[in-house]
Amino acid sequence: MDKHDGRDPGTVRLDDPWYDALAAGWGEGTGPAARTAAPGPAGPPPRPRPADIYLEVQRSAAFQEVRSRYRRFVVPAVLGFLLWYVAYVVAAVAAPGLMARPVWGAVNVALLAGLGQFLSTFALTWAYARHARLRRDRAALDLRWTVFEQAHEQARDQAREDRDARGARDSGGAHDARGARDARERSRGGQGAGR
Amino acid sequence: MTGDQQTLALILFSLFVAVTLGITTWVSRNRRGSAEEFYVGGRLFSPMENGFAIAGDYMSAASFLGISGLIALFGYDGLLYSVGFLVAWLVVLFLVAELVRNCGRFTLADVVAARMSERPVRIAAGASSVTVSVLYLVAQMVGAGSLVGLLLGSSGATARTAAVVGVGALMVVYVSFGGMRATTWIQIVKAVLLMGGAVALTVLVLIRFHGDLDQLLTTAADRSGHGHRFLGPGLKYGGDWTARLDFLSLGLALVLGTAGLPHILARFYTVPTARAARRSVVWAIALIGGFYVMTVVLGFGAAALVGPDAVRASNASGNTAVPLLATLLGGGPGTTGGAVLFALVAAIAFATILAVVAGITLASSAAVAHDLYASLKRRRARQRSEVAVARVAAVGIGAVAIALGLLAQDLNVAFLVGLAFAVAASANLPVLLYALFWRNFTTRGAVWSVYGGLVPAVLLVVVSPVVSGSPESLFPGVDFQLFPLQNPGIVSVPLGFLAGWLGTVTSGETADAAKHAETEVRSLTGAGAV
Repeated sequence: MDKHDGRDPGTVRLDDPWYDALAAGWGEGTGPAARTAAPGPAGPPPRPRPADIYLEVQRSAAFQEVRSRYRRFVVPAVLGFLLWYVAYVVAAVAAPGLMARPVWGAVNVALLAGLGQFLSTFALTWAYARHARLRRDRAALDLRWTVFEQAHEQARDQAREDRDARGARDSGGAHDARGARDARERSRGGQGAGR
Repeated sequence: MTGDQQTLALILFSLFVAVTLGITTWVSRNRRGSAEEFYVGGRLFSPMENGFAIAGDYMSAASFLGISGLIALFGYDGLLYSVGFLVAWLVVLFLVAELVRNCGRFTLADVVAARMSERPVRIAAGASSVTVSVLYLVAQMVGAGSLVGLLLGSSGATARTAAVVGVGALMVVYVSFGGMRATTWIQIVKAVLLMGGAVALTVLVLIRFHGDLDQLLTTAADRSGHGHRFLGPGLKYGGDWTARLDFLSLGLALVLGTAGLPHILARFYTVPTARAARRSVVWAIALIGGFYVMTVVLGFGAAALVGPDAVRASNASGNTAVPLLATLLGGGPGTTGGAVLFALVAAIAFATILAVVAGITLASSAAVAHDLYASLKRRRARQRSEVAVARVAAVGIGAVAIALGLLAQDLNVAFLVGLAFAVAASANLPVLLYALFWRNFTTRGAVWSVYGGLVPAVLLVVVSPVVSGSPESLFPGVDFQLFPLQNPGIVSVPLGFLAGWLGTVTSGETADAAKHAETEVRSLTGAGAV
């Protein structure tokens, strides 16, 4: 996996061949109007939809790095603590003799195992929080801004196009209103980051 | 228990009710009635506040009184509960908290329905959320009833009914007037009180034994009459293999159920970002872990100082162990110190119940208004009217919970809680994990996963020894028992996962790659989060 380089997904090429293939393949669900390429008379590149920003970001190296960092920590950790917990419970019901073996004074294996469960929970919590803070938070925030900026840019482009096209045609109206509304919603979400 | 103790406990409890009603009035003074404000308190709580509120939402009277009581009676086997309740938080922290905060708005169904055809998924997730919440509410109501029975020294039917109705009425007032903001502050106050009470009692126990834990354990073992078997597993769940399997089932439900509890999921929406959600879970784990360690000390302390025989004589299932221990630590029955500590513990237990039921009522009214009503209604509800529906739903859920709480008065509280966890683990967790992590998950898979976990879990309970076929069951006279275990988790949790997988591979629909991309990117980066 490549080293993380913050703004990589920012350079999205709208004429990416993947873009059309995907838009045609998984088009159902949000209404046909939003899915067909904009019928621009002068032949500009197809207008991007908000969903495409997410597809682009998902394919970007920066996002895949964040995802694999998350998974590389969480998958082994979940398997580890679940196995340890199941082993603990199974030992309690299946091997009470072993669990009751005294270790030191009144303390036996069972009490040590119970204490171990508490301690391993605290340790894993600390490790996860540290890992997320140092290895994921910065990159995730960068990606969040990337998505926000692209949605913003998209809304601005659309507004400009709408202004140019106003009066010339009426057919794309519903589509534009929808796109603008989506973009507004997203930009509102993006501003929430500052809170 | 003496009249002085009762009066003191009632005064303390009235004080708590007055404070919480004051909070409710205070936070609702500038109410504008938006959904954002009602369901999630404007998403403006700090991680520490939310961490305390999560702890206040999660630590119920069942764990304060119930687990310590189990430890006092059965020693080590009670400790297994504490461990399960705590380890469950790792599932929440690793797989759920941040991702749910990033993808959802108000409820569990928001996360799942974002990728799917909305209506059927929302209805399914809403229905299972309401089922889980009502089961959990009934458990707390029954707990409130028995607590009053203990407090008034008699199990007088009138007093118990009054307690159940009173708790129900209070929770409806908190939720429908104060929304999430009032609920959260009540939970914070309760968490502080509960932690304070537990720390005080634990310190008193440790002072008694001069800080010597070994002596505490040895005394408890000697006094129990079981010797060193008291400190190892097997006294309660060591019988035949059915009992052992039942315990495994309970363990599974405890660890997987927490991440599917609607009122816990709702708490993550009350902070501004996923990072804040993570930090609030870290706070919550510290508080909850500390609390459960203290319940262990209190349980062994009760066994050592009060003795299992005295505990059992007061209440067969051990629920009075901590109040009895408090009386003894304060100087014994009849002394002022004993009366004060007893009253304090009783008032804290009441506060605990009130805070927990308020959280559950709010989550289930959100599920009714935001998921069920909005989907079943023909036109989309406007925001303002949705909040109005939620307020009415809180009243309706309060009425249902009061009625069921009165009906189920004789059921064991710990069992009811275990059942709510089992249903949450079977119906809510599979669909949530699939929706967040599985690229090919489809609408049919989501709907099957919810019902495939919910229906078996509920049916298995109906044909279990809890309902019929044994002297302790709900209907001892009849016998339609087919399933040997009390807790259905070990069967119904895998069924929920299996149904989701089966529904997905058999559906003709192809999962929407763009929507999966949106869910994945949003869940891990927080892009577009509200």
